[in-house]
Amino acid sequence: MQRTFIYRNPSLLIFLCGLALFTLAVTVFSEAFGAGFISTSFVKTLGKTLCLCLVAIAMDLVWGYCGILSLGHFAFFGLGGYMIGMWLMYERTREIVAGAMAEATIPPTDAEIVAAIGNQIFGVVGASEFPVIWVFADSLAIQLALVVLVPGVLALVFGWLAFRSRVTGVYLSILTQAMTLALALYLFQNDSGLRGNNGLSGLQNIPGLDHLPQSVVSVWFLWASAVALGLGYLLATWLVSGKFGSVIRGIRDNENRVRFLGYSVEGYKLAVFTLTACMAGIAGALYYPQAGIINPAEISPIASIYLAVWVAIGGRGRIYGAVIGATFVSLVSSWFTGGQAPDIDLGFYTINWVDWWLIVLGLSFVLVTLFAPKGIGGLVDLWTQRRSPDRHGADLGPDPGALREQEALE
Amino acid sequence: MIRSILASLAFLASTITAIAQAGPMQDVLQEHADIIIESSRTSIAPAIAAIADSRLPQAQDVLQAWQAKEMWQRPSDGLFFRGEQMDGKIIRLTDFDSGEPAGEAPSSELEQIKPNSGIRALIAIALVQFQLSDPDPAKRADALISIERDPKSAALAPLRASIEGETDAVLRAKKLRLERLLTIAFDETEAARIAAIEAMSTDLGVDVRATLNPLVVSTLRVFEDEIPASLNVARILAPGSDALPEAQAYELLVAEDLAPARIGADHIRETLAANIDAGSVAGVAVAQLGSEAARGRAYAALVAADKAAPMLSEEEVGALLDAHQFAEIYREPSAAVTTAASKVLTRIEMRVGLNQAIDLSLDALSLASIYFLAAIGLAITFGVMGVINMAHGEFIMMGAYTGYAVQQIIPNHTASILVAIPLAFAVTFAAGVAMERLVIRWLYNRPLETLLATFGISIALQQLAKNIFGTQARPLTSPDWLNGAWVVNDIVSISYIRIAIFFLALIFLGVFLFIMRRTRLGLETRAVTQNRRMAASMGINPNRVNMLTFGLGSGIAGIAGVAIGLFAKVTSEMGTDYIVQSFMTVVVGGVGNVFGTLAGAAMIGFLQKGIEWFNPSNTLAAQTYMIVFIILFIQIRPRGIVALRGRAAGD
Repeated sequence: MQRTFIYRNPSLLIFLCGLALFTLAVTVFSEAFGAGFISTSFVKTLGKTLCLCLVAIAMDLVWGYCGILSLGHFAFFGLGGYMIGMWLMYERTREIVAGAMAEATIPPTDAEIVAAIGNQIFGVVGASEFPVIWVFADSLAIQLALVVLVPGVLALVFGWLAFRSRVTGVYLSILTQAMTLALALYLFQNDSGLRGNNGLSGLQNIPGLDHLPQSVVSVWFLWASAVALGLGYLLATWLVSGKFGSVIRGIRDNENRVRFLGYSVEGYKLAVFTLTACMAGIAGALYYPQAGIINPAEISPIASIYLAVWVAIGGRGRIYGAVIGATFVSLVSSWFTGGQAPDIDLGFYTINWVDWWLIVLGLSFVLVTLFAPKGIGGLVDLWTQRRSPDRHGADLGPDPGALREQEALE
Repeated sequence: MIRSILASLAFLASTITAIAQAGPMQDVLQEHADIIIESSRTSIAPAIAAIADSRLPQAQDVLQAWQAKEMWQRPSDGLFFRGEQMDGKIIRLTDFDSGEPAGEAPSSELEQIKPNSGIRALIAIALVQFQLSDPDPAKRADALISIERDPKSAALAPLRASIEGETDAVLRAKKLRLERLLTIAFDETEAARIAAIEAMSTDLGVDVRATLNPLVVSTLRVFEDEIPASLNVARILAPGSDALPEAQAYELLVAEDLAPARIGADHIRETLAANIDAGSVAGVAVAQLGSEAARGRAYAALVAADKAAPMLSEEEVGALLDAHQFAEIYREPSAAVTTAASKVLTRIEMRVGLNQAIDLSLDALSLASIYFLAAIGLAITFGVMGVINMAHGEFIMMGAYTGYAVQQIIPNHTASILVAIPLAFAVTFAAGVAMERLVIRWLYNRPLETLLATFGISIALQQLAKNIFGTQARPLTSPDWLNGAWVVNDIVSISYIRIAIFFLALIFLGVFLFIMRRTRLGLETRAVTQNRRMAASMGINPNRVNMLTFGLGSGIAGIAGVAIGLFAKVTSEMGTDYIVQSFMTVVVGGVGNVFGTLAGAAMIGFLQKGIEWFNPSNTLAAQTYMIVFIILFIQIRPRGIVALRGRAAGD
């Protein structure tokens, strides 16, 4: 066991080098710092994809390694976005309002400025008072802390309630889905304090950076997303390569056995669930300033299910699988649904990919689940010549997790 | 030239006929000709009364013509006719008494009687008594409706008079009821009104409340000294209480000009802005005015210099409030009437509340039966196989579209529904079996992956439906005999479709219980649910049981789809609206037991309606709270209301 951490996890070095090269290449070809081959909007798309990779890593930790199919991680992602969005929108509006009110004959008091900001932000939902949850919106430091704390505390409370009552498996998935739906429905209300279905908008304008063009800001965000993704990858690799990783893999494979070995299964699950929720929150906080707008539709349960789809297609139980899945599926999806894919003329019917892409995605998802449970990441196993045991055959032990006939013969 | 000669000839001829036909109504009209022509609201009453009381059969006709501005007078002989506007300003005249045509004349030679709106209203009141005793029951009913819509005190007397001669029992009851309502609102004697109010104390009609509510309306008023004894006081309010906050009381004083207006932040700012003098206000630099304290100082300096109104201190405000009396005064002057009305209103309100609870329970029951139909298939497959079918909602959609497609082929709605129900079952049964054979069978040891694989099927099916049927909602029309609603009273009502769905759910409950308890398949299903391996050891083929129960569950989802499509629009996304509630039903109810699902559906349905009752304006919040409640409920009963016992519950 003298081998170094890097040696045991070759993918980490490869990934970090690849990420650095990718960031460098995008910077060099961007409009702001180099040749201008890559448009600003595509830089933003790439930056957003990096954030999606980060939340996919979180999903892989909680599902691929710990076996909790959470259908709520995109809600945590959205919450992170909302938290940073509150500051962005408040500060941005304050700048505009203060600029407008400076013209007045009598300089405005602080209370008048706050009232005017409230009017500006909440006029669209027919209110003008600041709700209680906006109390820290003027402080970047506190809102940045809330990016981690709000998803973290929600995950902690929900996870504690769910794991404590031994809700597992499919039940747990349904419950997390219900939580996501409840959150989305709550945010859809106008009196939720977060502008109902209008959501928060204008997030791409960073307060204090008005003098910089969007092309520069977008590259900065790409760098920030790349750094966050790199750190997230490092953290995830470090977590799963140690004893902690062994325990959570054990929980995934047979919870009861781990419990009988004396581990606090609930504690481990809660730790993973909460940690990944915080990761998702950070990813969201980097994603939505690049997207420019966040509304409750973003955190509907279907988004979280898609997250699971990315991880499954990329390959569960391997960190790079999550990254591959998120990158591949989200980019291919946007290619097909963006109308860029050429239509196929069958003579009697023209396949328009905007209409048919979802069907292809759904069916390919079924096929991946059935025939390639390892996902795209399984291709790496061909190259490294790693083989998993052939587990077909009848069970020898008391339940489906036990040894099979074939393995016992070997 | 020739034309004018002809016209005067015609005029002459008509004059002769008119004189020849002068009759009793013409006499009445001539008697009051002066005031009819004068057309003044204050003096017209005797003319209308004379026509109405003439007891002539044509009285109603005359009044209607007058009201419709169709009465014309010929100045040459002063006679009145009904006139009908023809082409080119020619008026065709009709005699009131005989109903015979009385020739034609250009409008320039006639005088039109144009009653103003006040007179027309008086005529309308006079007409009521004719309509109320019209031989045609439909006309009588119309008259009652018009009084109901616009109750007037003048309608009371003719209504009372017409009750005596009413032969139709239904109309008589309606007239009696209306008479009471009008008595409450308009009668002169207090005792009669109170008696009528008491008599209405068990009536739930909206109109009763609409009649009683204005009686107990009160206005908040302020008095400088004692409240006059002549007023009907509802209650005396002290400023600063919950019912009358001090700010509101003071605003009332300001509105009544009993106190100076409060000086607010806006007023201060405007006053300061108006008094800027060389970059400073009363010695305070403008640049410093960005704080409340500096503004206060500047304003105080302005007050000292007599350039602004002084601000009132809290003590002064308090003293002003103490110096006045605040009371709510009933608009209705009679105290006895308001007491009786408020007492009866409370009683009615209680009955209304009770009936609303009944209505809500009916709604909840219907919602519960829909959830039961949508969730029972899900619960059974989950119980038997331990997999959740995310495409279950799409089977519901498939059933609804099957119903829609059948309706395109069979135009008769009754027949098409009767065909659609078994067909929807067959289609979704086949789809379910196909899905089980092709996908789910290979994933039995990986339940989480079943969830995702079926989700893949779900999005594919949804998009397929969108490609085939388009994105707009398709109607699934219910047969005529299912339209309308069963109305118990003004509050409790439920549509026939919902009743039908309730019975459909009952039928399926029965069918399911029969299958589960009395058939071989049910026995095998129960055995596999309890312990799959032991059942297999006993010679049961679990694969066959899986396939059949999955098909059965999907088939019922299809039927639920037809039922849901009857009252909601059929869209490709309709499944997603019900799938989460179905999941909740299964989670709350527990798996593998029909009664668990029933209890779960009842709980979810009643809970949803109950929360909506507390917060009726906000269904989104209702759903949010319901889900939060379910998450908490799972803490108490992690395996649902009806949990499986034995070894199966362990894993």
